[in-house]
Order: sequence, then C-alpha cells, then structure tokens
Amino acid sequence: MNKIFGYPPTLTPRTTHYCPGCTHGVIHRMVGEVIDELGIRGRTVGIAPVGCSVLAYEYFNFDMFEASHGRAPAVATGAKRSRPNLIVFSYQGDGDLASIGMAEIVHAANRGEKITVVFVNNAIYGMTGGQMAPTTMPNQRTTTCPMGRDVNEVGYPVRMAELLAELRTPGFIARGSAHTVQETIRTKRYLKEAFEHQVAGRCFTFVEVLSTCPTNWGLSPREAANWLEREMIPYYPLGVKKRPDVQAAQEGA
Amino acid sequence: MAGTEVLMAGFGGQGMLLSGKLLAYAAMNEGMEVSWLPSYGPEMRGGTANVTVCISDKPVGSPYISRPMALLVMNQPSLEKFGPRVKPGGLIVVNSSLVPIEADRDDCTVIYIAANDLAKEAGTARAANLVMLGAYLGWSGVVDKKTAVKMIEKEFAKKAKFIPANKAAFEIGFAEGFKAKGGKR
Amino acid sequence: MAKVLMKGNEAIGEAAIRAGCIHFFGYPITPQSEVPEYLARRLPEVGGQYVQAESEVAASNMIYGAAGVGMRVLTTSSSPGISLMAEGISYIAASELPVVLVNIMRAGPGLGGILPAQGDYFQATRGTGHGDFQLLVLAPASVQEAVNLVILAFELAEKYLNPVMVIGDGMIGQMMEPVEFPVEGVGPPLDPGDWALTGCEGRERRIVNSLFLDPEACNRHNLKLKAKYERMAENEQRWELYNCDEPYDLLVTAFGMMSRICKTAIDDLKAEGTNVGLFRPISLNPFPYEPCRRVIDRAQRILDVEMSMGQMIYDIQLAAQGRLEIDFHGTAGGVVPSPDEVADKIRESLARIGRSPARKPGKRSAKAAAAQKSKSKRSKKTATAQKPGKRGGKKPQNAGKRSAARQSSARRHGRRSGR
Repeated sequence: MNKIFGYPPTLTPRTTHYCPGCTHGVIHRMVGEVIDELGIRGRTVGIAPVGCSVLAYEYFNFDMFEASHGRAPAVATGAKRSRPNLIVFSYQGDGDLASIGMAEIVHAANRGEKITVVFVNNAIYGMTGGQMAPTTMPNQRTTTCPMGRDVNEVGYPVRMAELLAELRTPGFIARGSAHTVQETIRTKRYLKEAFEHQVAGRCFTFVEVLSTCPTNWGLSPREAANWLEREMIPYYPLGVKKRPDVQAAQEGA
Repeated sequence: MAGTEVLMAGFGGQGMLLSGKLLAYAAMNEGMEVSWLPSYGPEMRGGTANVTVCISDKPVGSPYISRPMALLVMNQPSLEKFGPRVKPGGLIVVNSSLVPIEADRDDCTVIYIAANDLAKEAGTARAANLVMLGAYLGWSGVVDKKTAVKMIEKEFAKKAKFIPANKAAFEIGFAEGFKAKGGKR
Repeated sequence: MAKVLMKGNEAIGEAAIRAGCIHFFGYPITPQSEVPEYLARRLPEVGGQYVQAESEVAASNMIYGAAGVGMRVLTTSSSPGISLMAEGISYIAASELPVVLVNIMRAGPGLGGILPAQGDYFQATRGTGHGDFQLLVLAPASVQEAVNLVILAFELAEKYLNPVMVIGDGMIGQMMEPVEFPVEGVGPPLDPGDWALTGCEGRERRIVNSLFLDPEACNRHNLKLKAKYERMAENEQRWELYNCDEPYDLLVTAFGMMSRICKTAIDDLKAEGTNVGLFRPISLNPFPYEPCRRVIDRAQRILDVEMSMGQMIYDIQLAAQGRLEIDFHGTAGGVVPSPDEVADKIRESLARIGRSPARKPGKRSAKAAAAQKSKSKRSKKTATAQKPGKRGGKKPQNAGKRSAARQSSARRHGRRSGR
C-alpha cells in the first residue's frame, strides 16, 4: 500500500509553541512539504527571525540560523553569496520584516538575491504581546494603539508584496493566505514556485502569507479567520504580484 | 645617509602625491625603508594636498613629521604654512611659476624654480611636479637619478606617450637642483 | 618575494585574499573606503564575492551569514560604522563564528571627523556590543604589520571560533609603506568543521544560534565563552618592547601608529643621551598585563600617549597596580601629536622625577624652532632640572582624567610645539 500522506521529514517531531488557531504551524508545514517535494532538504539553510517564529529552528529539520531582529535577508545574503549551491530562505514576521528589517528586505530584493523570503503577516506583534505592527489595519486596536490605528498619526499599513513588486529588479512576488484550506493550498503553490525559481538560480523570491493571531486579536480561531477574510484581504489582495521573465532570466539578461 | 623627510605640498591635482610616490618607490628600490603619508579628507578635493615621504636606512619611526628636512611647494599657502617648519640647514624648493613670494628663511637652502614654465618647455605644463622632484633629487642625491627615471617609466607604463615629457621635465629639474648644490655633491 | 609599496587599506584587502578570504561584505566610510574599493576590483579576479551592503548593520549580519555557512569572511569599517556593526558582532561572538573585522579609526565621538584617532580602544576591548563577549583585538603599527596581523587574525578567528578585530587609525589606512606578503596566491578555503551550515545531507542538522531562553543553559554558554577568553588571554598576548634593554627611568606606553611617533621622540632623546623605554601592546585584548608590569617595574614613572582622551591608560593602570605615577598625553579629533611634542612631554615627565634634561616647554613654537640654529636644537644648555611637584606649582598628575585636563590647558596656552 502506498503511503500518500505523512509527517514531513523536514519538520522535527516537536509540538510547536504556537497558540491555538495561529497559522504559523500550517505555514511551517507548507514550507517543509515544498522542500521535501523538491528534494532539497540536504542543501537547505533556513533563517529564523525574532518574533513568534523565533524558535522556527526547533521545528525545521535541516540546517538553521537564528538571526537578529529584521536582519534575516542580510544573513541570507551572506550565506547564499558564500555558498550559492545552498537553498537559503528566511522566515519572518511583520514586525521583523516590515518594521525593523525594512532596509534589509528592500535591499536584498533590489540586489536580486537568489533567496526565498517567507513573510508571515498577521497585522500585529505577537510575541511581545500584541503591539501595533506596520501592517496593523486602520482602526485596529492593539496595546500600543489602544484607540485603534490612526492613519493620520502613523500612516497606512504597509503592503510589502506590492512595495517589493515595484522594484525594477526581477523577482517572484506573491501574496497568499492561510486562513482557509483553499487559500492554504494556493499559497503552497506560490511557495513551491518561489523555491523552484531559487533552485533554478533565477531571482529573488518572496511569498507573503496572511496569518491569524487569535490571541492578540482577542478573537476565537474561527472569528479570527473571518476577520482576516473580511478586514485584511480587501486591503492586502491575494495573488501573484510579479513573475520573472523566465526567458530573459535564463538568457542572463 | 641615516634618514630624511620631505614634505611635498600644493593644490590637489598638481601631482605632489605622485611625486612623493615616485620618490618613495625609488628609495624602496634602492633598499631603503620608506613611508608615504598623505593628507587626506576634504582637502583631497581641490584644496591643499600634501604628502610626507620618510626615507631611512632603518625602519621609519614616525611617518608624521612636523619639521621636515626638505619642503617642495607648489602654492603660496603651502609655503606660508610649512616654510617656517623646515629644519635649519634643510631645503625648500619653491615653484616660482605659481608662488609669487619668497621663503623667509636664511638658514635653509631655497631653490626657486619656474617649474611650470620649465615643464612646458619639456612638453607639458602638467609635469611641473616632476620638475620639482628632479630639483629635489638634483640637490639632495637621496636616490640615484637612474632609479628615479626608471620609476617614472614604470609609473607611466600604461600611458607611454607621457613618458618622454615627464622624463624631460624631471631631467630639467634635476639639472637645476644639481646646479644649486654647486654642481657637485 | 619582492616588496611592493602599498596603501595600508589596500594591503589589508590583499592580505585577506592571501589568507584565503574571498568574501567581503561592507559599506564605504572614510578613511577605510580603499579596502572595499580594492576588493571590489580584486575579488572577482579570484572567484570571490564582493557585496556592498545597504548599511553596516546589514554588513555585520551578512558576515554572520557567510561565516555561518563556513566561509572565511572579512568586513572593514571605521568608527561610526563599527558602532552600527555592534549588533552583528555580538551575535557572531555568541554563535562562535570566525570572522575578521578591521576598524580604521577616525575621530569621534558622534560623526567626529575623518582624520586619525584612537578613541575606539574601549569599544574594541570592552564594549563592542551587548552582552558578555570579547573580541581578540590586534593593533598594527605599520602597513607590513597590518598585513601580518590580518593573516594572523584569520588563523586566530578559526582557532578560537571568535571574531578578531584588527584596529588601526586613519594614518595606517592611508599611508603607503613597502610590504612583503608572506604567502603567494589565494589561501586554501576554511575547513567548515562540525559547526558550519553546509546543508545537512548525510549528517545531523546544525543550528547557528545565540538564543538560550533557559537561564541555566545561557549561563553555561557564558561560562564556555569565558573559558575560551581565558585560553586566549593565556596564549595570545603580543607586545613589543623598544629601547628597554638599557636602563631607563621613564617608560612610554602607546599602541598602533602612536607608538611609531613615540619611537622617533625616543630616538631623538637618545641622541641627547636620555634613555626612555617603550611598551607597545600588539594584542589590545588580551592585554599583555604581565609583560607590561615587568617593564613597568624597571621604571620610575610612566607616560601614556594616545590619540584619545585616555583609554588604554586604564589597562596601563591595571598593569602598574598603583606602583607608579602615570602621566598622560593625548589628542583627539584628528590632531596627531608630533615627535617633538611627545619629546617635550617625555622631558616633563622626567623632570617630575628629577631626571632632566628637561627643556622648558613653551619655548618651542614653530617660529622659534625655525629660528634656532641647528646646534642649539639639541643643546643641553637650555635644560633646567626640575623637581617633582615644582613645575608651575602643579602637583604631578597621575591619571587619565586630570592629566587630560592638564593637557588641554597646556594647549590653550599655546605650548604645543611644531604646529
């Protein structure tokens, strides 16, 4: 009998520390499955950020870095440029990537580093206890914007996928979500395409994944999934934002 | 010779850093210890540029010298600033094509040399820095003339068409310096 | 192998290549920009990678990434840039990765200036970043020594799996001196050992990490690092003695280029018949306390000279253990003390222990010096023996702060010579 479904070898047999209803675990699994499907576990190096997924190196079963806050794309640059045969990806949250690490992500993308960035956007700082993130929605309440995000004071949420897609440098940029099975499957396809581009040495690759944070949103998991669909997706539209011109990339243009 | 120090000063772009480099190269090739310390910073862009070259038969101590044995100046501010610092008994070479004043030192040898005019005669006014270097070496004999000429050829190897004029400028300066020394050393 | 005349910054870049380092991540800053400029040109020739980072913060994390995958890696910067690298350096030290950093110091604090200074001594030896870690710090005093120490820095970084900093001032980066490279070509690659992230094919996975949420585990990690620093202190002290074979009353202490200036001052005084010793630490961390104490024990007084307001002097105090008075002379902001200025300070220190020939300070303005005939320049006639505590009614100074104040008051009164 063929085994058609099992625990991915790319994940360690550990129970994650993530809260009930958080989609980090699902996103970990999708990344792991893609790496397994591509058969690249033996040459993959992952980079964990600072934030809720700070312990991602405990869950991914291959070589891992723990990076300082926001710098994972710089660490990835150093690793990939030094050993181009490695498959290097960073796994970062919204505080890490869109706030303190804004310079690192934009410049890594602009240099066209041949890395993959998995960006988990749950519109809030999870690990530090629910503070405002650059991606917090307008009027969304957090511990540091208790009256709701005032866009006149702190600006609008940053759309990272669109921002990076604007760069002239070729790249693969997509946004998915992990709040439903259907969107999760679609997101996994984006992740697979991203890693495939990296394996081919093509371009910078970036997949933003909308994620829930029931604990800090103060909602039940089901309510959180609904809130994501209702509040976040209209502002953060899903889909592929940019694809490299594969032919041009292959010709080295 | 135990050791000597030369301060070469002018505006940025007048080639004094290059003259210093040629001198340091030549001395190094003759087996001496050398250091080449430029002024750097905002001064690099159009302001005054100077370089101190130390030459010694033992490892160079301080490459930073406040009172050099010799001074080569391509502009008036440099003469005013550094002229008083030259060691008594030392040498000051003044590019009189560009410096309208005299050095206020009666305890040093002062050579006035119309470096730009002489360089023009040699083929290019841009080689005034080599006239100055030539004058210094003609007077001091710190390194052999042949070694210096070899360094010029090496420096301009990729721009060979500049070699003749630069060599000629150097030779003219050397003759002037040698004459100032009394034709013998 | 033939000697070549090279700028310090370029020689540092070439030395790294000779040591087998073909990866550089950095950011331009005066006065070290010739290192990235040189390597941007050279590294592609040897199959290496030059990456201009978006900031020093990023650069320090790029070298973390490069070292983490087991590649020899270099970054260079200058004072404000090193401050920005503090984050990455702490992570690198905590994760026990071998990297080499070069700091070509400029004047500070803040934006300061771009001219030579030594004000990052504390930063290099005490507080490069957060947490309990130490860099191994080497301070060259010539372009040749910079080359030798960069090559040694890679060896030591890999021996101890610890970041090593080579620290020089702007002068050493900008000056040209003859150098001889001890090795030809490009050195062999680093052995990734049992720690580098090279892909887990055929082995257990590895983690490069500095997070220890369990306090006991974090304490154990710190104890492990401490044991390493103790091994470094035992094995890696390097220093130079100058003029210490003959008896001396005064010991001058200085590091880096400042020691060269002191040597010239000492040579000048020797010509006058005064013998002064010099102690120069080459490893600033570990500081050679015991070798320093041995030469201190043969002196009656110490003069510490730095291009700072007094930082290494605290290590000299630790070495002296209160046995001797320490005078201090320091400048900052890119003002480099001249050999004459140092010689005057030596005379003043000697006068305080009743060992003249002390020239009267204040008589040596540039004009006066120029007007003097060569004979009188080194004449002892002008010397006046002075007893300690009598000079200008001031008591001898013994430590950094007060002496620094004294020195700046001397400057206000225009007593500095030769400028």
